[in-house]
Amino acid sequence: MSKSYRDGLPISPENFVDQLMRLKRGSIGRRDFLGLTGLGIATAVMAREIGILPTPAFAAENLGDRMSIATWPNYHDPQTFENFKKDTGVAVEVNVFGSNEEMLAKLQAGASGWSLFVPTNYTISTYKKLGIIEPLDMAKLANFDGKSEDSRFTAEGTIDGTIYAVPKNWGTTGFAVNTKKLAKPMTSWKEFWDTAMAEADGRTMVHDYQLTTIGNALKYYGYSFNSLKQDELAKAEELLLKVKPHLFAVSSDYQPGMRAGDAWMTMCWTNDGAQLHRDIPEIAYVLGKEGGEIWTDFYAIPKDAPNKPAGYALLNYLMNPQVAVKEHLANGAPSTDARVNKLLPKEVLDNPILYPAADLLTPLEFGAAATLTDPGRAELMARFKSA
Amino acid sequence: MHGNRFRHNFLTALLLAPATAWLVVFLVLPFIAIAVFSVGERAPEGGYQAAFTLAQYANLPARATAFWNTMLLAPVGALACLLVAYPVAYYLALRAPQRWRLILLALVVIPFWTSLLMRTYAWMYILGGRGIPALLALVGIEDVRLINTPGAVLLGIVYGYLPLMILPIYVSLERLDRRLLEASADLGATPLSTFLGVTLKLSLPGVMTGFSLVMILLLGEYLIPTLLGGGKVFFIGNALVDLFLQSRNWPFGSAIAITLVAVSVVVLIAANRISTRVSGARRVDLI
Repeated sequence: MSKSYRDGLPISPENFVDQLMRLKRGSIGRRDFLGLTGLGIATAVMAREIGILPTPAFAAENLGDRMSIATWPNYHDPQTFENFKKDTGVAVEVNVFGSNEEMLAKLQAGASGWSLFVPTNYTISTYKKLGIIEPLDMAKLANFDGKSEDSRFTAEGTIDGTIYAVPKNWGTTGFAVNTKKLAKPMTSWKEFWDTAMAEADGRTMVHDYQLTTIGNALKYYGYSFNSLKQDELAKAEELLLKVKPHLFAVSSDYQPGMRAGDAWMTMCWTNDGAQLHRDIPEIAYVLGKEGGEIWTDFYAIPKDAPNKPAGYALLNYLMNPQVAVKEHLANGAPSTDARVNKLLPKEVLDNPILYPAADLLTPLEFGAAATLTDPGRAELMARFKSA
Repeated sequence: MHGNRFRHNFLTALLLAPATAWLVVFLVLPFIAIAVFSVGERAPEGGYQAAFTLAQYANLPARATAFWNTMLLAPVGALACLLVAYPVAYYLALRAPQRWRLILLALVVIPFWTSLLMRTYAWMYILGGRGIPALLALVGIEDVRLINTPGAVLLGIVYGYLPLMILPIYVSLERLDRRLLEASADLGATPLSTFLGVTLKLSLPGVMTGFSLVMILLLGEYLIPTLLGGGKVFFIGNALVDLFLQSRNWPFGSAIAITLVAVSVVVLIAANRISTRVSGARRVDLI
């Protein structure tokens, strides 16, 4: 009969978490937004520390009853984790993150509590060098078939012949254009930057992310996306400073601006491009003909994973093509696995945003590890943002 | 006697222990960690590497623009907040009917129950193309852009920090002895000079409290300029987020954090001095 302390609260903890999760799933769940606001970390911390997220205990012999994964927002079919729980009794706590850098910062600080996480290709060698991840025990990953993987996308998971990470999906970094506002057809990064200073003045967005914003400015001059050369970076900086006053925003949370019609053009990742085009057909997704970024997201297991058996079990489960195909349908990113591609509907495989023509892919570059950790590029980005 | 005093001291220490432990664990220790980081070096892959160097402090000019923007935003934002808050607090304390007062005060505080982030994000949609500009388009005013402008940032700041400014001013006005106002009027002062010479002057401690509170919080603000300003203006808060989470240059970030704390302390002391000099020391009680 005793009155619960919760009666007096304006909002119950459960209700609050529901609201938070709803917001996270909604249109605001962009990587950068979560990173910026710490919502990802907030939910991660709450789940573990306060224990108000639902984590029912299921008895399982060797897998334990719970594990946690660090990944990107809107990146999985929620049903996948429900089914995994039904099969194994292991509840999966999902932590979403804003950037690879943020994931790395958390793992560097130690005791992340993750038993599986989703790093992007160019970070894996750094994780290995820092001793944060360890070689995968392939005997526990019977569902993974190296022969069915396109080696173009999987190379960086293997270091000196040892597999440290296996691929989840790949994608590209291009730009999205509202063709109703900007009718002139565009095919290059040069046109992107020139248009940003002319017809799209005050209506263009670039990522708040040094890798892509500096990389695509380098492409204006035809330099490598990953360049660390002083003179080339100086040219890119000159361009960025010239464009800055004409920009609508420096932000990786570009879907709201594009959907509202405030922004007409933005740097854009595959998934977002596909979603924007699906909902607003006049928004086109363009790959710069000079090149730009191609990327693969991988699965890896941290060395200090608290529940390695469950981490392996979930990874093996996710490598099952029948499971993976639902993941791809949910997050919209193209698959690296030929077995999965066979199961995908034709309209997905024919979508040029997801599976661009081969000649557009040829000039694309994978981000490089040195680009991620280069302090010079970080300072350039700071000068650009403070200009 | 001695036993009593001992017991008294012991009790005091016991009562203070939780607060002291809290401060040591969550304020002093992290502060020491940051101070140590700030004389270290960035490890090649990011993070911290032990060293003893003042290089991070020597590098502070690399964020001069961010410091400058922040030094401009903080007082201007606090001033804008003050201009909006004072009339509200004045009405609440001196004009609003007694039975409405609590309800109105509650209305001022209620938005605090929702996170500033959510409320700022709501403003993104209100000011965005499908919000107010869409309404304006209905009456024939086309292509208005409100989001990602300095005005939007100022609006967000005033909106977000208003309660912090209203409450201390309200408290100081509420304690105001009305007989002083009557006396001033009886002695022939115009309403304006009564306001300037009595009301405003006696509420200055509240004004200074609100002003320094808002200003210090604004020194670390990064969310509102990022969401409503499009991330085009770079503040110290933005620099810190980038240094810790993106480029993982913890030592440089720590040096900036220490500098920011030092600046905040200076601002607090200055505000306190001004407030004391102007009115606090000469408070008059009639009874």
